[in-house]
Amino acid sequence: MSFTLDERLSAPLMDPAAEAGYAEHPPRMGFFTDTSVCIGCKACEVACKEWNAIPEGGLDLTGMSYDNSVGLGASTWRHVAFVEQATPNRDAVDLGMPSVPQGALQDDRELRWLMASDVCKHCTHAACLDVCPTGSLFRTEFGTVVVQEDICNGCGYCVPACPYGVIDLRPGDGRAWKCTLCYDRLGAGLEPACAKACPTDSIQYGPLDELRDRAAERVDALHEAGAEQARLYGHDPADGVGGDGAFFLLLDEPEVYGLPPDPVVTTRDLPAMWRRAAVAAAGTVAAVAAAFLGCRR
Amino acid sequence: MAECHPVGFQWVMEAKARGATIIHVDPRFTRTSALADIHVPLRAGTDIAFLGGLINHVLSRDLWFREYVMAYTNAPMIVREDFRDTEDLDGLFSGFAEQTRHYDPSTWQYEGADVAAAAGQRDQWALMHRDEEAGERSAAGRRTEKASSMETAGAAGGRFHGHPERDETLQHPRCVFQVLRRHFARYTPQLVADVCGITEREFERVADALTANSGRERTTAFAYGVGWTHHTVGVQYIRTAAILQLLLGNIGRPGGGILALRGHASIQGSTDIPTLFNILPGYLPMPHAHEHLDLDGYVSADAGSKGYWGNMDAYAVSLLKAWWGDVATADNEYCFGYLPRLTSSHSNYDTVVKQVEGSCEGYFLVGENPAVGTSNSRMNRFGLANLTWLVVRDFNMIESATFWKDGPEIDSGELTTEDIATEVFFLPAAAHVEKDGSFTNTQRMLQWHHKAVEPRGDQRSELWFYYHLGRIIREKLAGAVSRETPTPEQAERDRPILDLTWDYPTIGEFAEPDAEAVLAEISGWDGEGRPLSSYTQLRTDGSTRCGCWIYCGSYAEGVNQTARRKPGREQSWVAPEWGWAWPLNRRILYNRASADPDGAPWSERKAYLWWDAEQRKWVGHDVPDFQATKPPDYRPPTDAEREDAIGGSEPFIMQADGRGWLYVPTGLADGPMPAHYEPAESPVANLLYGQQANPARRVFPHRLNRYAPSGETPGSEVYPHVFTTYRLTEHHTAGGMSRWLPYLSELQPEFFCEVSPALAAERGLEHGGWATLVSPRAAIEARVLVTERMRPVTVGGHTIHQIGLPYHWGDNGLSTGDSANELLPIVLDPNVHIQPTKADTCDIRPGRRPRGRARLALVQEYQRRAGITAETGTEAVTRRGGPS
Repeated sequence: MSFTLDERLSAPLMDPAAEAGYAEHPPRMGFFTDTSVCIGCKACEVACKEWNAIPEGGLDLTGMSYDNSVGLGASTWRHVAFVEQATPNRDAVDLGMPSVPQGALQDDRELRWLMASDVCKHCTHAACLDVCPTGSLFRTEFGTVVVQEDICNGCGYCVPACPYGVIDLRPGDGRAWKCTLCYDRLGAGLEPACAKACPTDSIQYGPLDELRDRAAERVDALHEAGAEQARLYGHDPADGVGGDGAFFLLLDEPEVYGLPPDPVVTTRDLPAMWRRAAVAAAGTVAAVAAAFLGCRR
Repeated sequence: MAECHPVGFQWVMEAKARGATIIHVDPRFTRTSALADIHVPLRAGTDIAFLGGLINHVLSRDLWFREYVMAYTNAPMIVREDFRDTEDLDGLFSGFAEQTRHYDPSTWQYEGADVAAAAGQRDQWALMHRDEEAGERSAAGRRTEKASSMETAGAAGGRFHGHPERDETLQHPRCVFQVLRRHFARYTPQLVADVCGITEREFERVADALTANSGRERTTAFAYGVGWTHHTVGVQYIRTAAILQLLLGNIGRPGGGILALRGHASIQGSTDIPTLFNILPGYLPMPHAHEHLDLDGYVSADAGSKGYWGNMDAYAVSLLKAWWGDVATADNEYCFGYLPRLTSSHSNYDTVVKQVEGSCEGYFLVGENPAVGTSNSRMNRFGLANLTWLVVRDFNMIESATFWKDGPEIDSGELTTEDIATEVFFLPAAAHVEKDGSFTNTQRMLQWHHKAVEPRGDQRSELWFYYHLGRIIREKLAGAVSRETPTPEQAERDRPILDLTWDYPTIGEFAEPDAEAVLAEISGWDGEGRPLSSYTQLRTDGSTRCGCWIYCGSYAEGVNQTARRKPGREQSWVAPEWGWAWPLNRRILYNRASADPDGAPWSERKAYLWWDAEQRKWVGHDVPDFQATKPPDYRPPTDAEREDAIGGSEPFIMQADGRGWLYVPTGLADGPMPAHYEPAESPVANLLYGQQANPARRVFPHRLNRYAPSGETPGSEVYPHVFTTYRLTEHHTAGGMSRWLPYLSELQPEFFCEVSPALAAERGLEHGGWATLVSPRAAIEARVLVTERMRPVTVGGHTIHQIGLPYHWGDNGLSTGDSANELLPIVLDPNVHIQPTKADTCDIRPGRRPRGRARLALVQEYQRRAGITAETGTEAVTRRGGPS
C-alpha cells in the first residue's frame, strides 16, 4: 500500500496503522467520550493514574468549580472539566438537563453543570509523532499514538506540535508523557483503565468505526429530545487532523470545554513550506549562478 | 446519588436512557442535579413539608391507587376517639408529656384493638400492656416515666390485642384515611412553596410527574442518601415517603420502593448483623436489664402472635444456640441470661457524654474517626481525652488517634498532652481487597468478596482481630480459672465468654479465621449439623443453630450462596443467581403486593408474582415473600396465630395486621404521622404550626454543646445562615480512606465552603479566599467557592442563605483542613438517635479564623451576643411568638 505525502501528513486517511507500515493489523481502536452522561466522578482520572503509575500532580485548590487537575499534562492523562453555566432559560424545551425554575437565578437564567472527560485525541495525523526525532512516539497496530519513556530524550519538539496541548514534559523528569490508550492493556485484550472504570459508559472504547456509528445515533437521539446544541467533536476524517481516534459528544461549543474549535495538524503545511523553501533555494542558486555566469561575460 | 454512589448511579442513567424521568430534590445543585430532568432546590430541612404537599395533592385530587390502598394498607382502620392531631394541638399529637419530653401512644391506637409495631419503639406497646394488665390504664404519668427509660428498638412484635374496627368505605371520620386527609390538608402547594422556598410550578411539576408514573401500569422508586435521615425528624422523613408510596401503590412492586443508599459499603450488613447497641442479629431486640428477666418474658414482650414475628422464639433460641452451642439448653433458657442487657440509651452520643463525664473508660474505634466525622467533633475529642484506653483500628493515623498530641484543643491550650491519660493503641487494618468477606447492599443482597492480596506488615482484618482478641481473653480467663480458685462471682462473670462457641478454623501464616465458616454459622445448621436452607426450619426446641435468622439459607447446601456470580445475561431479568438476598433470596420484599387481591398481576407490564390456580401456588419472577401455597382467598380463623393469622390478600406479612401502615398506631416516639417541624436550629419560624421543632427530640445540654436560638427567638439573627454538610465523590466520610491517597487528595485538596454569589457579596467573601464559620459549638475556616449552584431561598418574605460544607477534612494526611462537623450540634431524632447534619445555623465572615485561645473566644463572643444559655434551644413545647 502506498500513500501520497498529503495523505501521510494531513489529507483524509482511512488506515493510519497501514500508513505506519503494519501490513496486518487489528481494526483501529479508540474512545468515544459521551459527555452528556458524564457524572464528573473522576474515576477515569484515578484509574488512569493507578494503572499507569502516574505521580500526583499537585495539591492545589483551583477554584475552577470541582476541577483541581486543571487540564491534560504530563501527569494528567485523563482530565474531567467542570463547566458551570448560567444560560438564558429555555423553559419550553426539555433538554434532558435540569431547568432551574423561573426566578431561581437572577435574570431568569437556568443553570447547568457540564462535565467532560478529556484525553489525548490519538489523531489520524499526529504531529507529535511526525516531529519526534528519536522515534519515541510511534503509531501502534491499533492506530493509536504512544510515547515510549525509555526512548524519549526530552527534546520537547512534540509539545508545541500538538494542536490540542495534550503532550507535555514532566518537571524533574524531563521526558514527554501522555495517554497511551493503555497500549499494555489493549495487547492483552483489555479495555483501557479509564473506560473500564467509567460507571455510566461516558467513556466507550472499541473499534473506531463502530464508535462513530454509535455516536451518530446518540447525537441524533439527543437532537430529537431537543438538545439541539449536542454535537460531535473530532469524529470527522476530513477535519484538520484527519479525525481523532478519541472523539467526543459535546453539549456546547468546543471552546466552552477548553477544546480548540478547529485544530489543524501542525505538520500539514510542511510540504508547502518545503516547496517554498525549495523554490527559494532554487532561486538563490539560480541568482548566484546567474551572477557567476554574468561575471564570465 | 451521583456524588456519593457514582457506581450505583449508572443504573439511574440506564433508566434515564430508557425513558425514566429523574427528579432530584436537594438544596444543592450537585452532580446528580446536573444529570436529572428536574431539580428542586428546596430549603434544607423542609422535606416533610414537600412530601406532605405531595400526599395532600394525591389525596385531594383522588390520585391514589384505590384498590391497592383499600386492600393493602391500614386506611380503613378506625382510630380511637380520644386521639388528637397536630391540627387540634397546634403541632403536637395527643399524649405528649412536656416534663419527660415523651409521647404516650395510647390514644394513637385503633378503636377496639391495640397493635404492636413490627419495628421501632416496640416497648411502647409492651409497657402499655403491662400497665393495662396491672389495672393502671389511667396512670399515663407513670407510663411515660417508664417510657423515658426504655431504649430497646429494632424490629419485632406485631401483636394484636382485640380486633380493630374498620370502615371499608373509608368514610368514617376517624378512619385512618380520613385522619390522614385532614392531617395533610394544610400542606397546600402555596404553603409548600413558602416553607420550602420553591415555586408552586416546581411543586406541580414533580407532583404531575410522580402521579403520572404511578398506578397499575407504572411504578416510581424513591432513592435517598442516608443524609435524608440526618434530621431530628429523620425517621418521619422516611415515613412520609412511605405514606406517599403506599398511596400510589409503589411498594412491593417492580420499579417501586424506597431505597436507602447506605453511607458506606455493607452498612446494611452492619444493621442486619448489628453494630448498634439496641438490636441483636436479625433485628431481634436487645433485652433490657429491668424488663426482660427471662426468655419467656423477652419473647412474649416482643413477639407478635400474628405475622412472621410470631416465630421470634425460634429465631432467638437458634441465635443463642449458635453462640453458646451445647451449653445452651432448655434448662438454662439457652443461656439467655448470658446476653448483655441495656440499662439506658448507649447510643454513640450518649457514650460521648459519658466519656466527657468520666464514666466511660475504654473505647474501640473501628473504621471511624469521630475527631473529624462525628457531630460536634470537639466534644468527641474531649471525650476521647478522658478515657483510660482507646483502640483505633484504621488504615491511617487518623485524627482520632493523634488528638492527644496535635488536636485543636492542644493548640488552644484547653488540653495538654501531659494531662491526657488516654492510652491509645493504634492497630493497622486490612482493606477489603486483603480479606474474604461479604458486603450486604441496600437491596439486602449479600455479595462475597475474595481476598486479592495478603495484607502488608501488621495490617489485619477485623475478623482476625476480634477472633484472636476473644481467643486470648478466653485463654486468660481459663488460665485464671485453673490457676486459682475463682470466687463464685468471678466464675459466674466469666462463664458467658468461656462458654461461647469460639472455634473457627484458621488459614495461612497469620491464622486468619475462615470467613466462610462464619457465614456458615450465620446461615445455620439443623440438629445433625446439616446446613439449613430457610428460616422456616428454625425451631424453638434448641435443635437448630442460626446466627441471624434473616440470613438463614445464605450457606444452603453447604454452598456459599453469596459468592454466586452468574452474569445477568445468562439468567432472568431478576437475576436470582447473582449473590443472595435476605430473606430466602427474595429480591423484592412484600412482593405479594405486586398482584391484586385476587392474585392477578396489576398489569401485564408490571407482572412480578401471581397466583397460579392450577398449581395452587404463587409463581413469578421472584421467590414469593408470602406463604407459597396460601391462596388469595384465605381468611384466617379468629384464633389463628403467627403467619397463619395473615390473610391471603395481606402482603405485609411482618405486620400483625398484614397491612402497610399509612398511620402508625404505635412504634414511633414522635407521632403517628409526620408533621413538618423546623430543624432544631433554624433561622425561620415554623409556618405550619406553633410548635417550632420536634418536641420529642433528644437534647444534650452541656457547656460543650450549646444550641443556637431558633426561629423567632431573640439571638437567632446572630447565626443567620443555614449550613448543610455532605460528602464529595472524591473523598470518603471522615477521610481515613481518602485523605492519605495522593490520587484522591489532588482531586479535592482542601476544605472549602460553597456560597452563592449573593451571600458572597453580602458578606464580602472572595472566591478562592478564606472564610470563617461560627456556630455555638466552634469556629472553623474554609476556602471559599462562590457558585451559582448554591441558591438563596425566600421563606416568609425573608432571604435565607444556605452554605455547603463537605465534611471530609482534618489536620492529618495529604489533604487537610478544618472539620465541618465541629459546627454541628448533638441533638437527636428520638427514634434512632441520629444527628442533624443537614440543616443547622451559623454565621460566615471573611478571613481566616483566630488561632490558639482566640478561637474559643470568638465562639464565646457569638454565644454572648446571641444570649445563649444552657436552656437555649432545649425547650420541648413552643407556641407562636417564641418558647412557651
